[in-house]
Amino acid sequence: MVYEPVIGLEVHVQLATHSKLFCGCPTKFGGLPNAQTCPVCLGLPGALPVLNQQAFEWGIKTALAFDCQVAEVMKFDRKQYFYPDLPKNFQISQYDRPLAKAGHLDIAANGTTKRIGITRVHMEEDAGKLLHDPKEPASYVDFNRTGVPLLEIVSEPDLRSPDEAYQYLVELKAVLEYLDVSTCNMEEGSLRCDANISLRPAGASEFGSKVEIKNLNSFKYVRAALTFEMGRQARALDAQQRVAQETRLWDLKSEATESMRSKEGASDYRYFPEPDLVPFVIGRTVVESITRALPELPAQRSRRFADAYGLSAYDAHVLTEHRRLADLFEQAVASYRRPKPVANWLMGDLRAYGNARGKEPEEVQVEPAWLVHLLEAIDQGTISGKMAKDLFVDMLDQQQDPRQLIEQRGLKQIVDDGALDRLADEVLAAHQQSVEDYRKGKMNALMFLVGKCMERSKGKANPTQVTEILKRKLS
Amino acid sequence: MSVVTKQDVQHVARLARIRLEDAELATFVPQLDEILGYVRQLQSVSTEGVEPTSHVLPLANVTRPDANQPCLDPERALRLAPARHNQFVKVPKVIE
Repeated sequence: MVYEPVIGLEVHVQLATHSKLFCGCPTKFGGLPNAQTCPVCLGLPGALPVLNQQAFEWGIKTALAFDCQVAEVMKFDRKQYFYPDLPKNFQISQYDRPLAKAGHLDIAANGTTKRIGITRVHMEEDAGKLLHDPKEPASYVDFNRTGVPLLEIVSEPDLRSPDEAYQYLVELKAVLEYLDVSTCNMEEGSLRCDANISLRPAGASEFGSKVEIKNLNSFKYVRAALTFEMGRQARALDAQQRVAQETRLWDLKSEATESMRSKEGASDYRYFPEPDLVPFVIGRTVVESITRALPELPAQRSRRFADAYGLSAYDAHVLTEHRRLADLFEQAVASYRRPKPVANWLMGDLRAYGNARGKEPEEVQVEPAWLVHLLEAIDQGTISGKMAKDLFVDMLDQQQDPRQLIEQRGLKQIVDDGALDRLADEVLAAHQQSVEDYRKGKMNALMFLVGKCMERSKGKANPTQVTEILKRKLS
Repeated sequence: MSVVTKQDVQHVARLARIRLEDAELATFVPQLDEILGYVRQLQSVSTEGVEPTSHVLPLANVTRPDANQPCLDPERALRLAPARHNQFVKVPKVIE
């Protein structure tokens, strides 16, 4: 049978504040274990939490960027569960009066835009980190992360394929990067995602039973895990089996999801209002002033790129999906007048370079001036387009200005007619057969001779010039 | 009429990771029933048209600036834990 997946995503974003959500402990990643705690985040008796003003404002800012309805009154609640990463035995979160509801994010899908609903955005504190001993029956807890501010962004189940889910995450991350509220560093856990997926017969309106997938610490894993789950659930449904409603973990090694056999037990969180935190009233004037101060967001920047630089809607969208890539583009075109080749190099070669090394394009280190120097060298005929492709890779590998690389390697193209003339003569003398073939009308022979010239010059000859010279000599 | 059943107490005990013997259940079930039965009197008050109140203080929007404060000395923090392993708090394994 043909099934349609119904996917919703829960994203946890760590806000890049200096201090935790309810106390002054630092949020810095990678510190000595259990050195960033205090009576508040450890939940010691008598300690009182106080909300971080910056986290509160960034929360509102983020909610507004997703066009959410910001609550007039929000409050915090205690979510009770017993797990060793949670020293208080409850997490301060938001239940029925979250920060914001009913927003959306427009994503690129199948050549058009698709609006994905955002159910809610709420604030909560992070839990500690658990390490499991591979030999002993023990787990080790580091409470440094306990109390770090998180925003949970919950999507509507509007996503219909693993690719759409991937695209949603890319575009969500882009908005967060533009807002400058999070480092969005997935390796450090600043951006985490849980995925919910169920299958239903194509065309059906009822939902199937939902599986939650955790342990997805890259967008690529989200896509891979959802693809795997679609297959697994479809096979179960085809075999008339029931899909169990459960939590599964993505296993990197087996590239499969596996049922999570946790001892966490039944979920019965018994939420109740956090008595230690008073309610928060978010006035219209606050919302208006934060709205006015919102930076240019990816969708707006994409429209501006199309208008101001004459890029296609597609190019403008791809370039603005990553803030660093868009910044790089603007810095390069400030000193190099032709936007199109800059866009092409960033979207083509830079992305390919990143992909080959398992990096996102914005993770590739490159100076805007390097790109400009490379393009100028092509324009001036110093290097050929082909040489530029190789030089681009070397430039990134060695983190060096291409001007220096050209100097160091004597890579300058041979544009001197006299030198090219001698080169052509040598090649023609060495390949009489090809000369005859060409004269008999075999056009391929010319390409062969051009190739030989390029080979003999170690790629330094300008192929267009060589072709001209050979044609002249052969006519 | 009793408010709290034996099943309720067993359920809450399980969520709280507390193992209760039958004899303890026999004590706690009627005790909890009595406490909650007493509080249940509140349900006879009519709350029609009354907004739910989560806080009684006339206070809102209490925040603090995003600034770091001194932390607990890790040795002091770790001394509060029942067991430790190097710089970590040690607990029984929580995943199978």
